[in-house]
Amino acid sequence: MFKTFKIGGVHPEANKLSAAKAIVDAQLPKVAIIPLAQHIGAPANAVVQKGDKVKVGQLIGEANGFVSANIHSSVSGTVSKVDLAVDVAGFKKPAVFIDVEGDEWLETIDRTDTLIEEIKDDAKTIVGKIKDAGIVGMGGATFPAHVKLAIPEGKKADFLIINGVECEPYLTADHRLMLEKSRELIVGVKILMKAIGVEKAYIGIEANKPDAISKLTDLCAKEQGIEVVPLKLKYPQGGEKQLINAVSGREVPSGKLPIDAGAVVQNVGTAFAVYEAVQKNKPLIERIVTVTGDTVATPSNFRARIGTPVAELIAAAGGDVEKSGKIISGGPMMGKAMANLESTVTKGTSGILMLNEEKAVRPEAGPCIRCAKCVDACPMGLEPYLLMQYSQRQMWAEDEANHIMDCIECGCCIFSCPAKRPILDYVRLGKNTVGKIIRSRKQ
Amino acid sequence: MGQLVVSPSPHTRSSVSTPNLMFGVIAALLPALAVSVYYFGIGTLIVTLTSVASCVLFEYLIQKFLLKQQPTISDGSAILTGLLLAFNLPSNLPIGIIIVGAAFAIGVGKMAFGGLGQNLFNPALAGRVFLLISFPVQMTTWPVPKGFSTNYIDAETGATALNMMKNHFGSLPETTDMLLGQMGGSLGEVSAIALLIGFAFLLFRRIITWHIPVTIFATVFVFQGILYLADPTQFASPVAHLLAGGLMLGAIFMATDYVTSPMSICGKVVYAIGIGIITVVIRNFGSFPEGMSFAILIMNAVTPLINTYIKPKRFGEVK
Repeated sequence: MFKTFKIGGVHPEANKLSAAKAIVDAQLPKVAIIPLAQHIGAPANAVVQKGDKVKVGQLIGEANGFVSANIHSSVSGTVSKVDLAVDVAGFKKPAVFIDVEGDEWLETIDRTDTLIEEIKDDAKTIVGKIKDAGIVGMGGATFPAHVKLAIPEGKKADFLIINGVECEPYLTADHRLMLEKSRELIVGVKILMKAIGVEKAYIGIEANKPDAISKLTDLCAKEQGIEVVPLKLKYPQGGEKQLINAVSGREVPSGKLPIDAGAVVQNVGTAFAVYEAVQKNKPLIERIVTVTGDTVATPSNFRARIGTPVAELIAAAGGDVEKSGKIISGGPMMGKAMANLESTVTKGTSGILMLNEEKAVRPEAGPCIRCAKCVDACPMGLEPYLLMQYSQRQMWAEDEANHIMDCIECGCCIFSCPAKRPILDYVRLGKNTVGKIIRSRKQ
Repeated sequence: MGQLVVSPSPHTRSSVSTPNLMFGVIAALLPALAVSVYYFGIGTLIVTLTSVASCVLFEYLIQKFLLKQQPTISDGSAILTGLLLAFNLPSNLPIGIIIVGAAFAIGVGKMAFGGLGQNLFNPALAGRVFLLISFPVQMTTWPVPKGFSTNYIDAETGATALNMMKNHFGSLPETTDMLLGQMGGSLGEVSAIALLIGFAFLLFRRIITWHIPVTIFATVFVFQGILYLADPTQFASPVAHLLAGGLMLGAIFMATDYVTSPMSICGKVVYAIGIGIITVVIRNFGSFPEGMSFAILIMNAVTPLINTYIKPKRFGEVK
């Protein structure tokens, strides 16, 4: 009865420490640092300057081009500067700094808990509202949502898939959202269905969240065309292509997009944000963040304003930075190790994971014993060991011929390697170089 | 602060490591070793200990003094090679010959190619075939299983089942004896049951997949079955061939050697079919009664070619 994707995959320990912890509101920061590049694509252009007074929900950065997203203030107060701020990965990126004063929201935003089920807007208005609200893919990829919802000429969506898989170990943000905001989520799904003009939506949830499966299944029984699909536990089931395959059996052709397989995929967090934007007129200014790990006293799920410093959330959950060896933005499989804790929560911050010193260091690598575990684990059906060898020898043409660009960087190869070889490091290097070669060829 | 590690994802690893795989295979060989001690007595222990000790020693010496690298004998791979080499030897083989075989297996079969993961041929089989060619008499006198009373040096010897099939003499052991291992042969190959228990353990621990062993069994069964049906007076039954000689040992433990077998599932099947066919051809039409080790070595040589031309099925492959 449980479905899954057909090629590869691994089974990391789930470690969902915070699964039973209800979402709590994080404290407002004293200073919010809101990056203007929180999405894939061009950074937004700041539309405020030093000294401006802003309210919660006010536009502070305007989308710059087609693949870009609006940025709104998540707090009320005074803009102290528009300057470079160091992001999670240690790069300097433009950001708006706001000194927080009170918590004053724009009057147009409906802050009540009243559920609004009736969808009054037409498809075009919905996509427009989603674009205005600055909604991006909240599973971590942060691809602007309105771009995905704009179905290209000549293509047709057959169904919508809502990603409630949360296959990354430790993270529970989506799980809690599905439990606590089920009704809003279903309305969000219906809005998305209307936006892309489909009659059918599937909500994919992994078997380790039986409470979410049963709750949403009950709610969907009353709805037309929404079906919960329970999925067998396997990483990387939350990968877009893997999820489409698990739910529908379809395969996105190599080098193509989900829409080429007739599917549009959105995360549950995104669907909830869509509900708030369309029904409540609320832009994307906060999200659920799981703070968890070995060195966290009380693993928690916070609703945090965008721009809240990571260090403040860590402190709120009783995280011990001194005893931690590594702090990760996201999960242990695809998350980014943080270079500094001054960086802030963005639209893509699904979790903050703190690992102890023992787990922080990478194990010593031995010689490849050609066990083929990486080949069996690769969900894209590639030969990671071979791609690593080609990249080490700088044989880029061979890398390309062996479909290195299909790699989704899920990390199954490294995870499964008994010799602990840094396979994906070299595959990334190869992807980067081959990508440059392909682009230069097109010019 | 300042002590945080920043490295690329993933940040977690499976608990499976190279030593833990090697020792897993070693554990899977123990039932067959126990049966061998039961049937061949002290000889099994002497041959096995000599083989394992010399393989480990040669690897250590070569790494330390010849290649001047950090010895890696603790990864268990040299112990495994020693164990597998012993399993392919008669239980009355003189110590000197075993040491020569171990030197060849490790020195030429493994280290000359660059050590673990680099060798083209299965080192234990390379050692066995080297000994078979160099010491044909000693390598083909098989002690009769007499339990603990079996002598080491001047054991009573007899023919193997494959020898009888090939040269049409004597009566084959009962099928139950062949299953249990009460017959002449290399010390580790005789008990099909014990080897199959090891196979189950390897599958359970996910150390190997079923594809190579099962494909070899099926190929041998079908090919030998055709021959048997065509002329039962000339060719032995497929069941006897599955249980006799080194087929079980070879299919489960030697052909599945990570380093020398193909990487993709499809490639593994092709490789296993090749081993099955070559084995049946040598056993029925060649000059040796046993063809398993030659078949595996020949297909080892084909493995790089298989890896080049047979690729795993990709996700979203565009035809």
